[in-house]
Amino acid sequence: MGELRAYAALAGAQFRSVTSYRTSFLVEVIGNMGATVFDVLTVFVLFRATPEVGGFTLEQAVLVVGLSAAGFTLADMLVGNVDGLKNYVRTGTLDAVLVRPLPALPQLLLMDMPLRKTLRVVFGFVVLSGAVAVNDIDWTPARLVLIVAAPLAACVFFGSIFVISASLAFWWVDSGQVGSAFTYGGRDFTSYPVTVYGEWFRALFAYALGFAFVAYQPALALLGRADPLGLPAWAGFVSPLVALLAAAIAAGVWRAGIRRYRSTGS
Amino acid sequence: MIQMRELRKDFTVRVKAGRFRRKKRTVAAVDGVSLTIEPGEMVGYIGPNGAGKSTTLKMLTGVLTPSSGEVSVCGLTPVPQRTRLALRIGVVFGQRSQLWWDLPLGESFRLLRHIYRVPAADHEARLRRCRSLLDMDEFLDTPVRQLSLGQRMRGELTAALLHGPEVLFLDEPTIGLDVVSKQAVRSFLAELGATGDVTLVLTTHDLADIERLCERLVVIDHGRVVHDGTIEALHARYSSRRSLVVDLERPLPEGFELPGATLVAVTAERHRATFALESTGAGAAVAGLVAAVPVRDLSLVEPDIEDVVAKLYRTTDAP
Repeated sequence: MGELRAYAALAGAQFRSVTSYRTSFLVEVIGNMGATVFDVLTVFVLFRATPEVGGFTLEQAVLVVGLSAAGFTLADMLVGNVDGLKNYVRTGTLDAVLVRPLPALPQLLLMDMPLRKTLRVVFGFVVLSGAVAVNDIDWTPARLVLIVAAPLAACVFFGSIFVISASLAFWWVDSGQVGSAFTYGGRDFTSYPVTVYGEWFRALFAYALGFAFVAYQPALALLGRADPLGLPAWAGFVSPLVALLAAAIAAGVWRAGIRRYRSTGS
Repeated sequence: MIQMRELRKDFTVRVKAGRFRRKKRTVAAVDGVSLTIEPGEMVGYIGPNGAGKSTTLKMLTGVLTPSSGEVSVCGLTPVPQRTRLALRIGVVFGQRSQLWWDLPLGESFRLLRHIYRVPAADHEARLRRCRSLLDMDEFLDTPVRQLSLGQRMRGELTAALLHGPEVLFLDEPTIGLDVVSKQAVRSFLAELGATGDVTLVLTTHDLADIERLCERLVVIDHGRVVHDGTIEALHARYSSRRSLVVDLERPLPEGFELPGATLVAVTAERHRATFALESTGAGAAVAGLVAAVPVRDLSLVEPDIEDVVAKLYRTTDAP
């Protein structure tokens, strides 16, 4: 209870900090929508050239990109800023975070929460709602649960990827943009039905790393379509479990990283 | 209150060996330190740059994981029990702010109250005390980014004390401050230490901090403790002596000897002489001198701790 109030205070402080530069905040909020809008537009452009991609119609593909965008934008706003960890590690400012009586990760996330990304999240969920409306989904109780759980699971999954790639900085201070291959790369990967990818690439990203469970498998389960790649019908419903597994791995990596932290001189 | 046993921290550094090859080398930043600090003590930690002072402090506060050895602060093990320990210690890292850069100073204090879950009444009482002792009223509403270094340091001190810590760790609290701010910080810490409620551990480069504040002095060099005791004990051990400087009416006679003292220097055509007092008091030495040569002026110089410490670093430098 006391901890919750502490977190609320941290988030409030971040809100007051960014809004103390009011104009620049407004400009950033609007400017930030651009990236996500383009991701979704790309899908529409693609379907102008061909009526089907990887065996999926435009409506179905929009459901995939909608699930991916909703999950990713939410994760990017809540957790994406953990990317800044490398600066904390390089300059040793993580010290100040570590001497406070709260776990380090939630502190970092709340202290730097990029509120300028709010409109992106709204846009992501608008696309998802649109996709649900244009597809003829046969609503069963299980699917109703899934339409709520799938974007949240996608968010947890992407959040874990963010944390794991940011933790690289504990071992490798100059990790630079290597982590982005998995975070932003993962977002791009999940924006399309995995049937469009080459075999070994799909085996690695979709199944070994689990990105198929972010948007593709839940979309199939919602649409009631058999998986052309042969996974059973329930595969879409396990996406929350895949997300929890990813979160557990991320927590382990983070904890190991904190113990490796070496600070800087003086 | 604080216990360290054979505490060690190794860092691996990669050194270039050829164009692409790198060799790993292990460097001990802290090399087997054992110390016990009792409740209410004020301990000064000094040492040259890179001696391992900050590394030790970071292991005591749970920031760094020791490579080996044992450490306990307030009965807790710092790294695994970091968040519990944080409620009971205060930390001021001179070069790492605990304050919110874009918010007014007073706002940072309110936030810290929530983070440390301090009851409102306790918070008020402590803040009121710090405000009056540190003269903070005029800049409480100023965003931290606009504060001067001296003002910010006073803010940092308050921030570290608002939750009533049992131990206060200060890493170079006076670094970069002007003389007036240094004085303000020192007298505040002296007053805090005098209450005996708080154990104080501070690292510094400024020996005046130690002379003013700390009964106990720990000198660390190359990761090892090379002295642990009072400042007086340090002087005794390195036989630093008081010296007597005299201006004479007539040149000092050749071959003049003063019992219990050594002639260190003669200048100004033998009109000024410096004697190191070994086994005699200043009174007897002056009497002996006046009997031989008329004295125009004299002064007694206390040993300079800076010199002693410089000597200490040099002796431990030798392999």
